[in-house]
This record gives sequence, structure tokens and C-alpha cells, in this order.
Amino acid sequence: MKIRLARIAHARSGDKGDRADIGLFAYDAPTYAVLKRAVTVERVAAHFAWLGTTSVDRYPLDNLLALKFVLNGALSGGAARSLRSDNLGKTVGAALLRMEIDIDETDAAALPRLAGEAHDG
Amino acid sequence: MKSVRIGAGLGFYGDSWLPIRATLERGDVQYIASDHLSELTLAILRKDMVKDPSAGYTRDLVPMLTALWPLAAARGVRFVLNAGGLNPRGAAAALIAALRAKGMRAKIAVVTGDDVLDRIDVLRTAGDALRHMDTGAGIDTVRDQLVFANAYLGAQPIARALAAGADIVLTGRVADAALSLGPIVHELGWTFEARSQPEWDRLALGLTVGHLLECSGQGSGGNFGSAEAWSTIPDLGHIGYPIAEVREDGVAIVTKAPQTGGRVSFDTVRQQLLYEVQDPHAYFSPDVVLDMGTLRLTDLGSDRVDVRGATGIPRPPQLKIVAGYEDGWMGHAVIGFCWPDAWRKAQATVALVEQALREQKQPIEEIRVEYLGLDTFLGPHADLAAREQMNEIWLRMAVRTRDRRVAEAFPRQFPWLALSGPPYMGGFHGIAPASQLLGVWPTLAARAHIESGVNVHIEEVA
Repeated sequence: MKIRLARIAHARSGDKGDRADIGLFAYDAPTYAVLKRAVTVERVAAHFAWLGTTSVDRYPLDNLLALKFVLNGALSGGAARSLRSDNLGKTVGAALLRMEIDIDETDAAALPRLAGEAHDG
Repeated sequence: MKSVRIGAGLGFYGDSWLPIRATLERGDVQYIASDHLSELTLAILRKDMVKDPSAGYTRDLVPMLTALWPLAAARGVRFVLNAGGLNPRGAAAALIAALRAKGMRAKIAVVTGDDVLDRIDVLRTAGDALRHMDTGAGIDTVRDQLVFANAYLGAQPIARALAAGADIVLTGRVADAALSLGPIVHELGWTFEARSQPEWDRLALGLTVGHLLECSGQGSGGNFGSAEAWSTIPDLGHIGYPIAEVREDGVAIVTKAPQTGGRVSFDTVRQQLLYEVQDPHAYFSPDVVLDMGTLRLTDLGSDRVDVRGATGIPRPPQLKIVAGYEDGWMGHAVIGFCWPDAWRKAQATVALVEQALREQKQPIEEIRVEYLGLDTFLGPHADLAAREQMNEIWLRMAVRTRDRRVAEAFPRQFPWLALSGPPYMGGFHGIAPASQLLGVWPTLAARAHIESGVNVHIEEVA
């Protein structure tokens, strides 16, 4: 089944120079294990190719149940020379929460926030 | 055991200082650490200073402290603020005049030496190439377009100012977290000259605390990036900015004033912890480098989170400088279209404007088109199923050009469409002024070349 990250995680993004950065946080430990496996550098790079992202760095933080992503080259050269409405990359975290990942029934059963929800994708 | 309580001040120039009142009245703090400078605020302040050489500091300083200083002084609370911007001495002069006029007393310290714009060539002669940290390009390529260049100073001059008895410490550019780390080191008797791992670790914990406080309400449930969960954060209208209690053994509790809105929890604190961090295992500051990988955050309930376990790495031999340079102009315009065919009419308008720009041979380097309300933020991840039947849509067009006059003239491509373009256009709010675009130049310079120019000056309002 496919689930959208917004159902199982939260995220905040910001800027530094020409980089957008996103903290992606699992609400619980079983979900973190799934995120760590499914939300790869390759998937995030493809997800944000439209921003002109040149490369993506990923840092798993087991102590925070979090994945840190840095999108290099994603801000049109930086907030103050960008033509975008969201020149600061504040909404990039929301765009990451739109990502869908594939999980199997075993994973789904282990994720607390999906318990009780219909398996409607 | 010794401890110190520090409350967050502002998180940027333009932020609200009203929540600081609750922190002063009910938060039992000894310090307010207030961050007025985002990466590019100095560019705004340079424009102010060109018009008026006595300006160049953030203008919220005087009204904020005029309102809050009586509350703080009565409780012995001290302020550390980077509101000095490009002109900390001018900020102090304005503040002193305002406090005198109200009959208030204060001992004010001014930290200077971060502004290196007029020392760029000296630094280069001294052996600092000032290459762009990402591209490796030499600073000569933008030398004549530079509008500011400031080094990120650390917490040491702030701690020196406090040791000299200052009630209010005004700085220019310092590392945001230094605004808290200075009071922490001063109060807890720590040393910046760490010799052992535990000494580096506790500095790193102080840096962690400073980072958690530097964005005001973002550390206590504001801007909680989530679907639905944000709506469970109580009473954002009366949000309590975060407060940290730091113990001398290197443990902190993050909390907020009683009877305030917002939330301090594992979720809200860790969102702020990773905010605008590049490598979490090497979070640089002028005083210590922090590895967040060993931090332990424990939610104690009742808006209290225990923070401990920071790992410190010795500070780097170089300091970071961020310079800004002029990099062209942006002209932009927004107009609205009503159903029917709202999206198709907006697209037709884009084609008409692009055609006009081509026919007029306007020197434009880039055109940005956004359909506000449709896909501006989500791009290809937006749900586009309803776009043919939208009730209304807003078109925003922005252009990049080297020529200020071209940017200023750009919005004039739109008014004629009201009578001669697609129907049911509305909401053109006039000719928006052109915006100057700025590039950012992050670079490194030897610590000694910067620190030799740092000065702490104290003035008393008696």
C-alpha cells in the first residue's frame, strides 16, 4: 500500500545560502525504521529535482527519530536573489510530506498512527 | 548547583516582543537573548545606513526596550541583543537617548569588530583568499558589488561584557546561539578555553540551548510543520517563547512561562533543534562544534523537555564571514482571474506578456511564473485535477534583469489587459516597486585576523 508521509511524520524546512534543509520526524520508533528505509537520498533528490536541486545529503539521527535532508542548489542561488514566492524554502517541508512511500501489510500493522485508519492509501 | 535561566527574545527583525513580557513577569529568567538578524537583514540595514549614517541597526530595538526595560530592570534581568546590526554604536546612542528621556538607568555594552567590509583587502593581503565556501570563486568577482561583509563572532565578547557588569549587551553579527552561550558561560563559571572533553561537551550543550532559543516561538510550538498536529497546539495568540534553565553540569530544561500558549514537547523541541542545520554531526559555531548525534531529549510533560548528552568538538581555526553583493533586480506583478476558464486565462496572459517582452527586446534574464493557489509551493506534487474548474486563480510573474529601470517598468505590462485582454480580470493592486536582488558570499578567514579587531565598550545611563 502507498501512504503519504504527512500521515506518519512531521517536518520543518529552512534555508542557508543556496541550500534548503528539511528535518523529517517520525512520531514514533516503528515509523522511524520505515522512514529510514524508504525515504532515501535518491527518492528525495528525484522529488525535488524541479527546484534545481543538484545533490541531496541525508543524516539519520536515531536519537531524535529524525532524518535530516540538505537540498543543495535548491534555492535559485539563495533567498535574496530568488524570484520565488517562497524564497526562504519554508514550504519545502510540506512538499516532502506529500511524498508517498510503499509499505507492506506487516509494516502497516506496526505503525501506531495507521492503526484504526482504513487502508485506503 | 549553579544554574541560569534564559528566555528567548525575538527570532528576526520584525518579530513580536509582546511574549517577552510574560517571560519577564512569570518566567523567572535572568537573561533575554534576542536575535534580530537573519542572514540577509544586514542588506536591509545597509540601505537604511546609506540614507542616514546614524541608522543601520534594527529599529525595533528602541521601542522594544522602552517597553520592556522597566519590567526587566525591576527584576534584575539582563538583555543580550544583536540589534546593533551594522551600527552597534549608533544603536547604543539611540537607546541611551530613549532611556534617558524616560529617566531609566542601565549599563550598556557595545560589541564591535564583526564588520569587515572596509577590511576585505587587508584580510586578503594577510593571506585569506575569501573564496566562496561552495563554489571556490575568488571574492574579486564581486568585490565592487559588496554591500556588507560581517564575521560571525562568538560568545566570548558577550561574556566579557557581562563580566564588566553590563545590563544590556548590544552586538552586531554574532552566531545566533552566542546570544545565549555568552550568559551561560558567564553565569556558570565555564571556560571557553576548554581542555577536556567534558568542558567541550558542556559548551556544546550551551550551544544547543542557544540554537533552541534563537527562533522565538519556533522553539515552543509555533510554525509546527505538520498535517493536523499544528492545530492541537494551544493558544498561539498568547504563545510563550521558550525558556531554558541550564545547570553547571551541562544539563538543560527547556520550558516556557506559565499560563502562556504554545507547547514545549519532544516534537516541538526536536523540530527546532534540526532547523537550518546542515551536518547535525558538525554544527559549527565560533566557540565549539556540536555533534547532535548523542543528544538525549526527554519529554517530562507539562511543557518541560530535558536536554543533555551534547558532544563538543574543538572550535575551528577560522571564522565564517557572510558578505552580500548586489546581483540585479526583480520586477513583479500579481493579478487575479475569476471563473470561467480562470487557469486558461492566466496562461493566456503569460503568453501575451512574454510576447510583449520579446517584441520590446527587454533585457530579461529569467521569467518566473506562479499560479498562486494552484502549484506555487508544491510544484509537480500539487493536485492539479481541479485546475480547469477553479473558482479563481492569481497569476504572479517576476523577472530578473540587470537594469533597475527594466524591473521598475515590468508591472506596466499588465494594466492594458484590463480592457484588451482575457475577461474577468481583477485585483491588480498597482505598480509594485522593483526589488534589488542580493547574492550571498559565505567565506572563511583566520580567527586572529578578526578577533584582534573585536572591542567591548561600556557606557552608563545614570
